[in-house]
Amino acid sequence: MVWFRKKKYTVLEAPQKKDRIPDGLWHKCENCLNILYKKDFEANFKVCPKCNYHQRLTCWERIDLLIDKGTFVEDNVDIYPADPLGFVDSKPYSQRLEEAQKKTELADAVVTGSGTINGYRVEIAVMDFRFIGGSMGSVVGEKVTRSFEHALEHNLPVIAVCTSGGARMQEGILSLMQMAKTSIAVARLNEARIPYITVLTHPTTAGVMASFASLGDVVIAEPNALIGFAGPRVIQQTINQILPKGFQLSEFVCEHGFIDIVVHRKELKKTLSTLLSFFTKTSPV
Amino acid sequence: MSLMIYDFEKPIAELEEKLSELQSLSEKTPETLAEIANLREKLLETKKNIYGNLTAWQRVQLARHIARPRSLDYINAIFTDWTELHGDRKFADDPAVVCGLAHFENIPVAVVGQQKGKDTRENLRRNFGMMHPEGYRKALRIMKLADKFSFPIIVFIDTPGAYPGIGAEERGQAEAIAYNIKEMFTLQVPIIVVIIGEGASGGALGVGLGDVVLMMENAWYCVISPEGCASILWRDRAMAPQSAEALKLTANDLLELKVIDEIIPEPLGGAHRDPEVAFQNVYKALSSHLQRLMQKSVDQLINERFKKYRQIGVFITRQDNSKNFSDKSALSAAAKKDEQSRG
Ligand SMILES: [Zn+2]
Repeated sequence: MVWFRKKKYTVLEAPQKKDRIPDGLWHKCENCLNILYKKDFEANFKVCPKCNYHQRLTCWERIDLLIDKGTFVEDNVDIYPADPLGFVDSKPYSQRLEEAQKKTELADAVVTGSGTINGYRVEIAVMDFRFIGGSMGSVVGEKVTRSFEHALEHNLPVIAVCTSGGARMQEGILSLMQMAKTSIAVARLNEARIPYITVLTHPTTAGVMASFASLGDVVIAEPNALIGFAGPRVIQQTINQILPKGFQLSEFVCEHGFIDIVVHRKELKKTLSTLLSFFTKTSPV
Repeated sequence: MSLMIYDFEKPIAELEEKLSELQSLSEKTPETLAEIANLREKLLETKKNIYGNLTAWQRVQLARHIARPRSLDYINAIFTDWTELHGDRKFADDPAVVCGLAHFENIPVAVVGQQKGKDTRENLRRNFGMMHPEGYRKALRIMKLADKFSFPIIVFIDTPGAYPGIGAEERGQAEAIAYNIKEMFTLQVPIIVVIIGEGASGGALGVGLGDVVLMMENAWYCVISPEGCASILWRDRAMAPQSAEALKLTANDLLELKVIDEIIPEPLGGAHRDPEVAFQNVYKALSSHLQRLMQKSVDQLINERFKKYRQIGVFITRQDNSKNFSDKSALSAAAKKDEQSRG
């Protein structure tokens, strides 16, 4: 159980900066395959200037992008996943966890904490797709819930940045129940009139989309993110016909009325702070 | 009655056939009568042996039996004055779920039931019990009606999942489910959920939040179907029996995991073999839980509902972690390293 001995991230600033120093000068866009000057790509918030492809960010990059320098304080650092069902498929779940923890240096697929966005104090939960596809098991459910409860206690607006393939199958029914737990946590935010904003990034689907991600007072999405309940492959297999162009992408979902705003990554922080200015009475610190 | 049987039930069917052959003889010798008695005993023993040791996959199969009682069968058997109410008042009426009002022991109640068909034709009309967003919205409309007039809510779960289709996505399947879960938490009336067959994923949970969650002995309830899980994790749908076992989706498993409150026993071999017994058992369970829940104040009800879901989940906290460090110096070394990484 190597991962238990990992350092705990009680960080004041997003770590792992060194990881983001380019080891080469060039970056190849995953989408249009154009070769980009790495510096330009990163200056553009890892959005391809040629095709507008928003490359996935790690939770730390996301926190860096949204939270004012030096203000992020991580909470709920003491929660680690277990293997409640003793689940084994082609490999044991405990081994998958260990590998994911080694790869990402995260305890599980979400980081929570508080900080400021252009001076507005917020509680924020940020998911990380690298950790078993951002899937929600007991730890994600518990951390998100505690994070919302912390906001409730301290009367902080809440931002949830989502990216997830859905519930974590290896925790069976317990992962399904995290949808209930987190949605109930949102109900309690609603009741206390705490503003709750969700940011949907590529991809946000299934169990996470069918719980707290959908429930924002304001729902924002990055362009071209896959957003939906069922995955396109499952739908295609079920209905046996070609899916319409742009199906389940942010713009499509927005057109159908389930997203308030599609926002380019470079505008995201500004959009959030403008929204916060409507919802919070206190002026920024 | 010729019921469709599964492979694992063949020894039973063979004995039943022999027995009925002997019983149909017009002239029975003492030897025949003895043989009949003998076969009867053997049949009962075989049944107990097979049905008493069902694998998770065998239960999944029983839960899917085409003759298994559906929501409407329970509704007609248990309630009076069943009055179905249609439509979500927004888009359409979803036949995959039936909603309405009825009397239960003279108490007005709202009922929501995911409805599969009894044959292929009805299944096509009912979309095999796979709801669209308008189904979730219809269910919530009726549940809010119940909230307004203080009717308890009874929900029957029986679905292979929420429908994965173009229209369902266009009309916000995920939002419909999420919103239902959130709103069901706030309803100020008792909610009793009974999983009667299949309880697949968000499709079930979208109408499945309850103060009491009951489950039929051979029903299953999980985050994904065994086939879905097998095709993703094993990359082979044929591994469904293995994934069914690994997912811990039976009533016994769920009781152990504290996700359900009680198992409702089924007649030997499944509810379809003696539906009247199944109806009786569900009726009895509903009656006792409803009486109990109706005595609670709204605050108490919501408070307990909150606690019920708040505590579900298994994880390790740091305090538990420290038990993994047998030697204290290792722990303090780790703490020191922590300090450094922070600095
Ligand atoms: Zn590109």
